[in-house]
Amino acid sequence: MAATQITSDNDTVDNDTADNDTADNDTADNNDTADNDTADNDTVDNDDTDEMSMTSGMTNEQAGELTSRPMAMNIAIRSALDVMLGRDDDVVTFGEDVGYFGGVFRCTDGLQQKYGVHRVFDTPIAEGGIIGVAVGMAAYGLRPVPEIQFADYVYPGLDQLISEAARLRYRSGAEFTAAMTVRMPCGGGIHGGQTHSQSPESIFTHVCGLKTVMPSNPYDAKGLLIAAIEDNDPVIFLEPKRIYNGPFDGHYERPVVPWSSHPLGVVPDGYYRIPLGRAAIRRSGNDLTVLTYGTMVHVCEVAAQESGVDAEVIDLRTLLPLDTDTIEASVAKTGRCVIVHEATLTSGFGAELAATVQASCFYSLEAPIERVTGWDTPYPHAQEWDYFPGPARVGAAFKRVVAA
Amino acid sequence: MELTRDVQMDLHRRMVRIRLFEEAAGRLAEAAKLPGFLHLYVGEEAVAAGVCTALNDDDHITSTHRGHGHLVAKGGDFNRMMAELMGKATGYCKGKGGSMHISDLSLGMLGANGIVGAGTPIAVGAAFADKYRKRGQVAVAFFGDGATNIGAFHEAANMACALHLPIVFACENNEYGEFTRRDRTMAITDIVDRAVGYGMPGVIVDGMDVVAVHEATLGAVARARAGGGPSLIEAKTYRFYNHHGVQNLGLKYRTDDEVAVWKQRDPIFSFEERLIDVGTATAADIEQVWSALGDDIAAAIAFAEDSPLPEPDQLLVDVYTTHTNHTNHTDHTSMTARGAS
Ligand SMILES: Cc1ncc(C[n+]2csc(CCOP(=O)(O)OP(=O)(O)O)c2C)c(N)n1
Ligand SMILES: [Mg+2]
Repeated sequence: MAATQITSDNDTVDNDTADNDTADNDTADNNDTADNDTADNDTVDNDDTDEMSMTSGMTNEQAGELTSRPMAMNIAIRSALDVMLGRDDDVVTFGEDVGYFGGVFRCTDGLQQKYGVHRVFDTPIAEGGIIGVAVGMAAYGLRPVPEIQFADYVYPGLDQLISEAARLRYRSGAEFTAAMTVRMPCGGGIHGGQTHSQSPESIFTHVCGLKTVMPSNPYDAKGLLIAAIEDNDPVIFLEPKRIYNGPFDGHYERPVVPWSSHPLGVVPDGYYRIPLGRAAIRRSGNDLTVLTYGTMVHVCEVAAQESGVDAEVIDLRTLLPLDTDTIEASVAKTGRCVIVHEATLTSGFGAELAATVQASCFYSLEAPIERVTGWDTPYPHAQEWDYFPGPARVGAAFKRVVAA
Repeated sequence: MELTRDVQMDLHRRMVRIRLFEEAAGRLAEAAKLPGFLHLYVGEEAVAAGVCTALNDDDHITSTHRGHGHLVAKGGDFNRMMAELMGKATGYCKGKGGSMHISDLSLGMLGANGIVGAGTPIAVGAAFADKYRKRGQVAVAFFGDGATNIGAFHEAANMACALHLPIVFACENNEYGEFTRRDRTMAITDIVDRAVGYGMPGVIVDGMDVVAVHEATLGAVARARAGGGPSLIEAKTYRFYNHHGVQNLGLKYRTDDEVAVWKQRDPIFSFEERLIDVGTATAADIEQVWSALGDDIAAAIAFAEDSPLPEPDQLLVDVYTTHTNHTNHTDHTSMTARGAS
């Protein structure tokens, strides 16, 4: 059950913090989510850790504090930036309204005062420039963390992202790389209409050379953002803006729930990381496997409750690299799979997931895989809740797949 | 003022229309009766009114995220605008566009735009079409100071000049892009400096003075219509409310004093004083304009509130001209039968 998972996640941090050992964190986290592949992942983590301590000069003393406190997701993101700006002089962050004002979602509030205008600064409205400049910085060894104010604004920056950031390493025979993390709020549920609600993740997962991450809660957001910043490849870090302030299960008619009442809203103050490429099981179950991420994790959890289907809800957290081990183990157990995302259906990331599952779990599958997604339209202004794949649609799919 | 009384009263009326619409929208948003983002044009009325009064109905404009003022000034219908903001089926875009994407092709208004700078090249394309069809129309691109930092603006300006198109670039310089003061993101003070780099003339006008804006636009439009090519007008103006919505939510990025100083130069009230001073209108004439238009606004709110929401299955239409691509949704039937949830 989700609660168990959550507790052990937090335990993990405490252990990690006490041990001052990131590799342990990774291993324990892995035990929670994909208990079949610990050894393999250990190796990766040790590599990561070595690499990281070399590049950012981490010492054991810096490796975390014991204190945790409730944080909303935007505050957890700010905390990650704060930690990384503090640990690594190469980290800089910038974007529209990011410096003086502290970001329209307040993710950088106070950071300019703390770290100075040369490390936390305002940019012109120029997404192509913002990303291009980050590429140059990164090629010269900085670790830029540009913010694109809404993912919907990234398109003018795609040229630099796709043609430059993603390919620098390959085309230079690994001489150059672009270790940058592009943060962007994404997703709907805030009445943003077509230019403030999109979920463009599959545009990025389709680009070889980019990694793509989307957290579903404050605890993950901080740990994943730190891992993203320390990663030596360009990472697209998508932040579902609807859940900045609280988990959202699609019941828009109910009052907003704050993160302070959610176990994953309790976040350590100091340094910790959640390695890229690890999914988390938010709810274990036997009837079917749900592959989802971002806001939809919460929708799927409540849909499982309301539909009475014993669904195993997997929060992918990282879309690329994808945690196929966790996915395969779960589908092998349940024999059924539903994929849920907010983004539109056609050529969405769900298509990739469905192909992956059928290729590796074909003989375990007892029913066709279903996808529940946004409709294949631009995001509408009117009737957002007819558009949004809410718990009723998701629950209905669960029932269909279980009955199939 | 050499302008006829009719033109002056037209300028005034258009400004009052904008003010009333925006104040009403702001109140509705504060009462949580308008879904979505709302970028109010209050304070900048002289720019849209001054420019659009110099245009013919069939001239084209492209607009911005702060687009209500442009559509109202071009003659937009209060009812359909208010309904669109509320996401009703009777709205300009059947509820699909909302505040930031409102448009009316019959008025040559090619759309507000949620993407900064995006309207500018579209206006260049419209100007090309105008020239191509030899109908003597011109296009106007409205954009903010902040929008001149994005590539789309520069590409558009250069292309318009290279192709010698009938277009006017109308910059609303309100000194801020969202919550960031202009000088934090550009090293020049006047946007007009950019014009010379593309080979077009540019002028600075007092954007709180509707007559000044209007006269500058008359010149620029006449030039464009006569085949003289693009030009740029920089109107120095100010928005009275927050970047979006009304209140600043306690987050300070400009001082109350600064706002107060600009409010003393309210484009509508200062123009009314002039109209009365020179005897063009009486206080009663002006009061009459406000009250008649106020009635229109009240009627528009009632119209919008009484209008139906679009049917859920309307979400799926108008993506393509002929093709709908929803059959691969396994739960598609539930959508068409009873709406999704
Ligand atoms: C491509 C893009 N980047 C960022 C934004 C977010 N944004 C909306 S309005 C705005 C400021 C625009 O400033 P300006 O052009 O001066 O217009 P104003 O709001 O002052 O009228 C920004 C940054 C956006 N809508 N589109
Ligand atoms: Mg501005």
